[in-house]
Amino acid sequence: MSSSVLFDAPGPRGQRRNQIIAVIGGVLLLALAVLVIRALYNNGEFTSAKWSPFGQWSTWRFYLLLGIWNTIKAAVAAVALAMAFGFVFGVGRLSQNRAIRWISGAIVEFCRAVPVLIMMIFFFGIYAYNGVFPAAWNPFAAVVTALTLYNGAVIAELVRSGVFGLPKGQAEAGLSIGLTPSQTLVQIQLPQAITAMLPALVSQLVVILKDTALGTIITYPELLQQAQNLASARSNVIPALLVAAALFIGINYLLTLLAGRLEARINRRGHTAGAAIGRAPTVPGAPIDQGAAAAMTPHEARDAAAKAGPQDRV
Amino acid sequence: MGELFAQFDVWSAFGQTLYLAFFSAIGALIIGTILAIMRVGPVGIFNKAGAAYVNLVRNTPLTLIITFCLIALHYQLKIYLAPEDSPTSIVDNGVRWAIVGLTVYHAAFVCEALRSGINTVPTGQAEAARSIGLTFTQSLREVVLPQAFRGAIAPMASVLIALIKNTTVAYAIGVAETAAFMRDGLEFRPDLSFLIFVLVAGFFVLLTMPLGIALTHLSQRLAVKR
Repeated sequence: MSSSVLFDAPGPRGQRRNQIIAVIGGVLLLALAVLVIRALYNNGEFTSAKWSPFGQWSTWRFYLLLGIWNTIKAAVAAVALAMAFGFVFGVGRLSQNRAIRWISGAIVEFCRAVPVLIMMIFFFGIYAYNGVFPAAWNPFAAVVTALTLYNGAVIAELVRSGVFGLPKGQAEAGLSIGLTPSQTLVQIQLPQAITAMLPALVSQLVVILKDTALGTIITYPELLQQAQNLASARSNVIPALLVAAALFIGINYLLTLLAGRLEARINRRGHTAGAAIGRAPTVPGAPIDQGAAAAMTPHEARDAAAKAGPQDRV
Repeated sequence: MGELFAQFDVWSAFGQTLYLAFFSAIGALIIGTILAIMRVGPVGIFNKAGAAYVNLVRNTPLTLIITFCLIALHYQLKIYLAPEDSPTSIVDNGVRWAIVGLTVYHAAFVCEALRSGINTVPTGQAEAARSIGLTFTQSLREVVLPQAFRGAIAPMASVLIALIKNTTVAYAIGVAETAAFMRDGLEFRPDLSFLIFVLVAGFFVLLTMPLGIALTHLSQRLAVKR
């Protein structure tokens, strides 16, 4: 617990004071909840006309489930492509060749510095103007392209920090049995790095899933767009958006849970020399702290990763 | 290039982005700090309320939060952040609700960044401070918080940079910032698409890269040697 750093276990007087604060705080939070519910009630947000659509199959079939399907479709396509992009450029940044290293680095840093929405609007415009795809595909293609470029760059950094996080002896052992540097990378270092970065990859899925909602701006019919369509069809704006938010939160919560499970399993199994990677450096232009990573024992690195928290990605 | 600046109000779009980023950063810092205090404090109910806020907000798309602010809170519940009768009411309300949405969303991440800073301080530091006789306030002021702030610089830097990039989402409710310029530019001058992209991407690279490098440098220089 973090509070153990800041506070001693409270004595009798401290406990009493904390109880009083807790009661006052509880009353304040309750008052806030009552205020919100009353505002919603006065606006007629709890009438059955606004909520009954959610009991009908057609609402789910033509709006919400369709939206979830489109969201997941874009997210899965983006994940697959981003992994390919990430591995190509992550390995590129580890290359022996200076030019390849430099070009990969420039591309990765650029993709991390430009907002996803800017790339989305750009590719939407480019695809539409040049007629790259049939017109109906443009929103999907633009969403997937933008998500691929940004998240691919993040995955490239995960690959790189995964390889740097391994103990030095792994590469030395590979070289000393006569493998070339690239054989060492592919056969010794990458397999371990991938295992170590698996939880971070799953929590990156949360980021991708959330960012598909940007697609609503370029008319991609994902969950948020579908919720807004539902809202204008049944004139229940607030319930529709609340249900969409609950669906997003539910899906993301399941993914976060999965990431936690995976991380616990990898740490327990202990087959890999590297610890689970908590996060890639999220700051564009930030170097990976190689010195610190190399100085850590796997055990310390694991602790550090656990402290960093698997998903503080914005 | 000159054509572009003549046809579109590029500077005011960039200015709007900076305006959004500045005020939401301040708002997120204030609310995030309050949330962090709630989460690390000794009172159980505040711990839970803070954790609930962070987990709910962190898993909701920013686009949804900003859209909800305008079409639910403003249009439906008729909450006005700018006077209804002023001539710029529509624009002002859009900008201010965008700032509210950005603040609400990033406060959750500021809270987690501050908490991870506090987590970098080993328990032994506070124990040592108590054992040499420092009071609670003294040990916080002299020992724990200085180390916690240094540990929080790097995660806070990534939140700030993400916030700057995320201001583009305000376009979802029609705020005339950089993404809006991008969309207009691509619509009316598709022949200049690449120029527009280079201009806008360059603006964000210029804004975020030096900030990232400077703050990483700062956090490494101030890092507590352990």
